Amino acid sequence: MHAIATDNLTKDYALGFWRKRPYRALDRLTLQVDPGEVFGFLGPNGAGKTTTLKLLLQLVFPTSGRAEILGRPVGDVGVRRRIGYLPENPYFYDHLTAIELLEYFGRLLGLSSAARAARVTRLLDQVGLGAERRLPLRRYSKGMLQRVGLAQALLNEPEVIFLDEPMSGLDPLGRRMVRELMLGLRDRGATVFFSSHILADAEAVCSRVAILAGGRLAASGRLTDLLAFGVNGWEVVVDEVSAEALGRVQAFSTKVTRIADRRYSIEVAPDTPPERALADLAAAGASVVSLNPLRDTLEDFFMRQVADRGHERTPVI
Amino acid sequence: MVLSAIALSVFRESVRDRIFYNLLLFAVLLVAASVLIGQMTAGQDVKIIKDLGLAATSLFGLFIAVFVGIGLVWKEVERRSVYSLIAKPVRRTELVLGKYLGLAFTLLVNVLVMAVVLYLLLAFMHWSSPENLRAAWEAPATDPALLKAFLLIYVQLLLVTAIALFFSTFAGPLVSMALTFGFYVIGHFNADLKHFDAVVTSAPLVWVLRALYYLLPNLAPFDITAQVVHGQAVPSGYLLMTIGYAAVYIAFLLAAAAHIFARRDLK
Repeated sequence: MHAIATDNLTKDYALGFWRKRPYRALDRLTLQVDPGEVFGFLGPNGAGKTTTLKLLLQLVFPTSGRAEILGRPVGDVGVRRRIGYLPENPYFYDHLTAIELLEYFGRLLGLSSAARAARVTRLLDQVGLGAERRLPLRRYSKGMLQRVGLAQALLNEPEVIFLDEPMSGLDPLGRRMVRELMLGLRDRGATVFFSSHILADAEAVCSRVAILAGGRLAASGRLTDLLAFGVNGWEVVVDEVSAEALGRVQAFSTKVTRIADRRYSIEVAPDTPPERALADLAAAGASVVSLNPLRDTLEDFFMRQVADRGHERTPVI
Repeated sequence: MVLSAIALSVFRESVRDRIFYNLLLFAVLLVAASVLIGQMTAGQDVKIIKDLGLAATSLFGLFIAVFVGIGLVWKEVERRSVYSLIAKPVRRTELVLGKYLGLAFTLLVNVLVMAVVLYLLLAFMHWSSPENLRAAWEAPATDPALLKAFLLIYVQLLLVTAIALFFSTFAGPLVSMALTFGFYVIGHFNADLKHFDAVVTSAPLVWVLRALYYLLPNLAPFDITAQVVHGQAVPSGYLLMTIGYAAVYIAFLLAAAAHIFARRDLK
């Protein structure tokens, strides 16, 4: 059984006031997430990530297709006892404090008062909320609300947890806390499904990713399979480059960029030994500042997929 | 558990809202001011206090019912707090019902506070008035029949709340407010629709008006202030009939609200 499974999940929204036009926000998304995975759901803004999450939580209803969580249809109220959800830029009730909010949600989850008291304190400690937990939520900053949002998503010790842009609004320490939290959940056997457009965060925690562009699945799989992790070339940064040296490197470089004064970044194709480039440059009197291998990052892959898919988008059906 | 938790949160939100206290304070002040007005009208003071007290309860209850009622569901959706709520094991129907019960409880507290204030005031009038003046009153100052008027005011507020909640499941606050106040006003003149055949000759129009009469809420029967103030009896059968009518109407509105909200995309 998959932790999360979607089958040709499609969502059209009606745009316009008088003359409604359908707009396809998500187009036939089929994917499976196994139990115990940290699954990264990646894509630029407007790719359909939040729409997918809303469909999985049944905040919106699909135009066609199906979705299941833990083998149950998404509309099943019972399955919601076993999941957690952090919405994007979460917002709660102005008049409640963080403690009262978690108490309220704990009641909705059917937790006993003893369990509520223990978990509320532990979770607020875990997400790094101090004495401000007794202040009304209207006085919270964006980052503090994000922390409360994380705490409420973990209240029922969920088997599957959905996090929509969990790092958004957090400082570097907060981001590290979220990363550690996700890995901790994975170690406990929970499935983490999180959306992000910040790829470094995904690279640090995900076992598998899906990349969404223009409402469609552009790619999915293990990061190592998706990315060409081999060397695509070399970048040599050199200083004190003379006109003569510049003439020599033109022969084997793929790209020359002037950084400042006589400092240049020179890219070399992978089939050219970097030693030769270094030797030629040194002979012309240039001094080498650094030599770096050029690899594909998730970012490059992501940009390429978006560029390929972006123009295929068919907003009007 | 779920219903009471949601209802409690609505109550907590209302009592933490400064507007609630402003309205309540204003209503209490109005009742107190009726003592002054009463002193200017010799022999009529108790009647005027009762009249104004009941009117104030009804009016300020109406403001709370409408202003809080239209925001019950709309605010959750608009501020997106509904996202984390729906992810909990809460049915959308339970959310609508819980919200309604919460405001119903808030209104109950509001009406009870007003009733206590009015009775205290009337007890003071009773204590401070000489025997011969008391004998001239149509009904005793602390007449228990006043409770019947308070009861029907409360039931009417429950009905208005259901109307506001119904509109708020699909319309914005301004539209909901206009429609709810509109229904409230029409509701008080509803009985006229039934007798339009005396003025209108067109048969189809009479049918439309007759249909509207049955469709729109009839709120006039909930106002028994005049009878109670003048010491006329209000039979229990009448109370039961009126409450029964409200119960059916409220049940219909809540079912429709839950039906609409359960199918809505929460974008």
